[in-house]
Amino acid sequence: MSKVLELKNLSYVYGTGTPFEKTAVNNVSLSIEKGEFIGIMGHTGSGKSTLVQMLNGLMKPTSGQVLLDGEDIWANPKDIRKIRFKVGMVFQYPEYQLFEETVAKDIAFGPTNMGKSGAELEKAVNDAARFTGLKDELLEKSPFDLSGGEKRRAAIAGVIAMNPEVLVLDEPTAGLDPMGRDVLLSQIVQYHKERKNTVILVSHSMEDIARVADKIIVMNKSNLVMFDKTKEVFSKGRELEEIGLRVPQITKIMLDLREKGFNVPEGILTVDEAMDCISSLLDKEGKIW
Amino acid sequence: MVRDVAFGQYFPANSVIHKCDPRAKLIMLVGFLVIIFCTFNYASLALVVLFTALFVAASKVPAKFYFKSMKVIIFIIIVTSILNVFYGSGDPLVQWGIFKITLNGINRAIFVSVRIICLILASSCLTFTTSPTELTDAIERLMKPLAKLHFPVHEIAMMMSLALRFVPTLLEETDKITQAQKARGADMESGNIIQRVKAFIPILIPLFVSAFRRAYELATAMECRCYRGGTGRTRMKTIHMAKRDYVSFVMVALLIGGVILCNIFLPAAV
Repeated sequence: MSKVLELKNLSYVYGTGTPFEKTAVNNVSLSIEKGEFIGIMGHTGSGKSTLVQMLNGLMKPTSGQVLLDGEDIWANPKDIRKIRFKVGMVFQYPEYQLFEETVAKDIAFGPTNMGKSGAELEKAVNDAARFTGLKDELLEKSPFDLSGGEKRRAAIAGVIAMNPEVLVLDEPTAGLDPMGRDVLLSQIVQYHKERKNTVILVSHSMEDIARVADKIIVMNKSNLVMFDKTKEVFSKGRELEEIGLRVPQITKIMLDLREKGFNVPEGILTVDEAMDCISSLLDKEGKIW
Repeated sequence: MVRDVAFGQYFPANSVIHKCDPRAKLIMLVGFLVIIFCTFNYASLALVVLFTALFVAASKVPAKFYFKSMKVIIFIIIVTSILNVFYGSGDPLVQWGIFKITLNGINRAIFVSVRIICLILASSCLTFTTSPTELTDAIERLMKPLAKLHFPVHEIAMMMSLALRFVPTLLEETDKITQAQKARGADMESGNIIQRVKAFIPILIPLFVSAFRRAYELATAMECRCYRGGTGRTRMKTIHMAKRDYVSFVMVALLIGGVILCNIFLPAAV
């Protein structure tokens, strides 16, 4: 596998020289392989959002470098727009960015800016709509007539339509109902599987991250504290709790069982896995107690 | 970013000017702005500059912020002073064809630019040292006599404070939407003027939509808390005049007197 993104000693300071000066990201270095599904977690104000906005050049790092396919994205500041097509960014509550007359036109905004037109553009729009589960009849409606969940999908489709090498989603499921969350998340997973592009998901929901991410970045107070495989990160449940983060409920239950002396492995992420472990214990001893 | 504009921003600090009654500050500013334009010779101009410097220094706001607030209007200052240089009357010092520079023109250019600079500094001094809430409070209290004439003083003040309250929110929103559209490759930095104006449509439409949404939500929230206008409403913070306010009134009065005296006894330069 090859590195798609590499961060070198990346820092960002807000309001330098004012009484409001604040370091949002402090000396972060890491690299992300092509095709990985990365989860980013951390408290509100831990620097996650600032970090991801530096990935596509929306914010210029105070110091340090972002390398995309081995090249510094700020090497040629005039070409920063091209970077934005390669690293697609879906912001929190992206539905507030919709503006066109029809959903289809809005989704086409990004690819049009890239210079696509005609059949190529149409295909990009239709593919993006399919990935996000937007029905065909919605495409000709005004985006302001859609429901909240549909607006969210339309906005995400607008970024997917650019077919970025790296897709960054900042809290894509915030404010959706449980059903909507699950469906949207599965669609993102499906997109990742089909396109084999890198996906970076920022989320407060440990359950969501546990379900989909290969690796996890944990941010705390502007610092990178962990960057490891999902299982490894969640097996450090106590450390996560110390910085005020939770592990998924099922992982917590299994950790507690382990501390009580039961022979279950660390880093259980799903209810299915947990069920297998517990039933295997039952098989050997015939009873749980 | 839009947020970088310093003009009209509140800067919290602990200075005499911050503590002054906002009504006093507002009245003094109005007096000061009038007197700035009543300076006709260098002695009175110097007095005004001295007082501006005094207020700016007493506000304890870093000079950098005052420079930032000047940045916006530096262009206007340059253009108006250049125009004034060529519009003077009297004997020309230098002349090319229809363009002539006179002593009077140079004086006028200096007066115009110094006046504008003092004007901006003095108004920035007010906004840097007075929070928007204090300011609207002061306006409401000062306009109170108008309520007898059935002028909706409270409503106007409420509208003003709501508008001011939403300035940072809308700026933040503008930033966010701009970032989101830039992430989709919106190009706002190149192209001719028509293309640039068009490039703002993807920002303006979502901004309007969300401003209306916020307005509806706020109206509902206010009704839920039984807001029904100004009648019978009391305030948590009341403002009072103190000794420092009277002292500063006297200072501004002295300034006005000084400028008038200078104008009477010294010859006018413009």
